Amino acid sequence: MSAQEAGQSGVHADPSHQAWAAADPLLRVSGVSKSYGGRIGCADVTFDLYPGEVMGIVGESGSGKSTLLSCLAGHLVPDRGEVLFDTRAGGLRDTMTMSEPERRMLSRTDWAFVHQNPRDGLRMGVSAGGNVGERLMAVGARHYGQIRDQALDWLDRVEIAADRVDDRPGAFSGGMQQRLQIARNLVTGPRLVFMDEPTGGLDVSVQARLLDLLRGLVREMGLSAIIVTHDLAVVRLLADRLMVMKSGRVVEAGLTDQVLDDPQHGYTQLLVSSVLQV
Amino acid sequence: MTQNVQYNFAYLDEQTKRMIRRALLKALAIPGYQVPFASREMPMPYGWGTGGVQVSAAVLTPGDTLKVIDQGADDTTNAVSIRKFFQKTAGVAVTERTGEASVIQTRHRIPEAPLTEDQILVYQVPIPEPLRFLEPRETETRKMHALEEYGLMHVKLYEDIARHGHIATAYAYPVKVEGRYVMDPSPIPKFDNPKMEMAAIQLFGAGREQRIYALPPYSRVVSLDFEDYPFEASKAEHPCALCGATHSYLDEVIMDDAGARMFVCSDTDFCAGRRAAGHLGEMGVPVEEDRT
Ligand SMILES: Nc1ncnc2c1ncn2[C@@H]1O[C@H](COP(=O)(O)OP(=O)(O)OP(=O)(O)O)[C@@H](O)[C@H]1O
Ligand SMILES: [Mg+2]
Repeated sequence: MSAQEAGQSGVHADPSHQAWAAADPLLRVSGVSKSYGGRIGCADVTFDLYPGEVMGIVGESGSGKSTLLSCLAGHLVPDRGEVLFDTRAGGLRDTMTMSEPERRMLSRTDWAFVHQNPRDGLRMGVSAGGNVGERLMAVGARHYGQIRDQALDWLDRVEIAADRVDDRPGAFSGGMQQRLQIARNLVTGPRLVFMDEPTGGLDVSVQARLLDLLRGLVREMGLSAIIVTHDLAVVRLLADRLMVMKSGRVVEAGLTDQVLDDPQHGYTQLLVSSVLQV
Repeated sequence: MTQNVQYNFAYLDEQTKRMIRRALLKALAIPGYQVPFASREMPMPYGWGTGGVQVSAAVLTPGDTLKVIDQGADDTTNAVSIRKFFQKTAGVAVTERTGEASVIQTRHRIPEAPLTEDQILVYQVPIPEPLRFLEPRETETRKMHALEEYGLMHVKLYEDIARHGHIATAYAYPVKVEGRYVMDPSPIPKFDNPKMEMAAIQLFGAGREQRIYALPPYSRVVSLDFEDYPFEASKAEHPCALCGATHSYLDEVIMDDAGARMFVCSDTDFCAGRRAAGHLGEMGVPVEEDRT
């Protein structure tokens, strides 16, 4: 949907019911709050994510993006609120009250998490092929030839040459490590991908290539994803919808083009104009 | 040799032995599960089998006959000193013959002769955690065992094949016990893995790491592998030069400075027994029947 169309339809609040009303949400987040001692991490965050949708979360440093993402992915326990995920077996389930085995199973099958620093998401002592194959083996793959073929296929999809399959990630550039981390996460066809600054810490030209690749994968696989970033170019390219955070709270949410082209909140206006000046 | 009066039987005090026996019973009840125990200082350094020695001390009775082997041999320093230790502190009978022993403490081998229901095999274990190689965090490995998350074991085997073209892990080859716990069989050669499905009780003691685990008789023990790279209990492709055995695990022995080599049974008792029974390899000499 273009900004004009969105503008004409006159929707400025959360437009999810229009665009995605047909399906049930994949993730239903309500009132999620987390503070560290007295300091607010994130506060009262509510939204639905629909299948095939990419949600961008932007905001300045310290605005609570990573805290929120960690709460959603089950790495942090929120102080309040609910995170419901549409499980294959049982429909919408609260991921907080789920047993730990169930939650860990989710995080190596239906969920994926791409860290900003590839070292946090890769096994540095294991070859590229082994890194990609791990999730397959974790869910029971026991045929070496097939695991290797799938690893090679995924390396190809993230533009890593087949002859690097037995190299360890330490021998890769930052951009390659990040692409390897993405391959490792997507190999089992997860239904929901969490990404925390996937292009952070990379050179601008490397960022562009990675973004391009991510966009291709998102379209091709119809991925549902939540992408945290403070780079508006990233959300412009990848996200269907956008949430803008400030001091732990969501100050504006809506279709990406709409929010970026016609920001309503003063903070968003500042954010957008500062980017336009660059 | 009689028991030296200044030691409690088998060195450890009764309280400690009871604690270890409780850990052993728990380990037998949950085959392959690592039970923590309060390892004691022993009068020998870690790495010399303090875990195995404590387990042996807890199971020995005055009527037992003890055999101690290191790499299959009864006459290596480590085996000799542990045997002497129990002769001195427990006054038990000792033997080098597998068939005569009721308790066998071992490092790195399972005897070739099949063990029986009235025998106990005690392993010395350096690193009990099979997942340690890829996951150094103890909190995490415990969770992985609890939740049966064993994918990482296959990552290790995958790496082996990717690097060497085959599963190169030759020692401490991981096994799954009774379809549940993945276990490190201690650094025995993988040739010995199939023998772990045996009639005797197998007890594993790791002193420094303070863990005990066990296999009750006839437990199902499956070596991990891939469908297209099945487990193989491999050994050197030679007969024993001394006794001619073709199905025993062999050590390679360098003969001279020119690099001449021969392959001989690592199980010295097995080899001597075969020679006494008249089997001779190409470099073998007969042994007297009254071997010790
Ligand atoms: N482990 C922690 N202990 C205490 N305070 C924390 C912790 N993690 C985050 N915070 C605080 O919570 C707030 C939100 O931090 P968070 O890391 O979620 O922000 P962010 O939007 O991801 O920032 P950045 O863009 O720099 O990654 C900040 O004030 C931060 O200082
Ligand atoms: Mg962050």
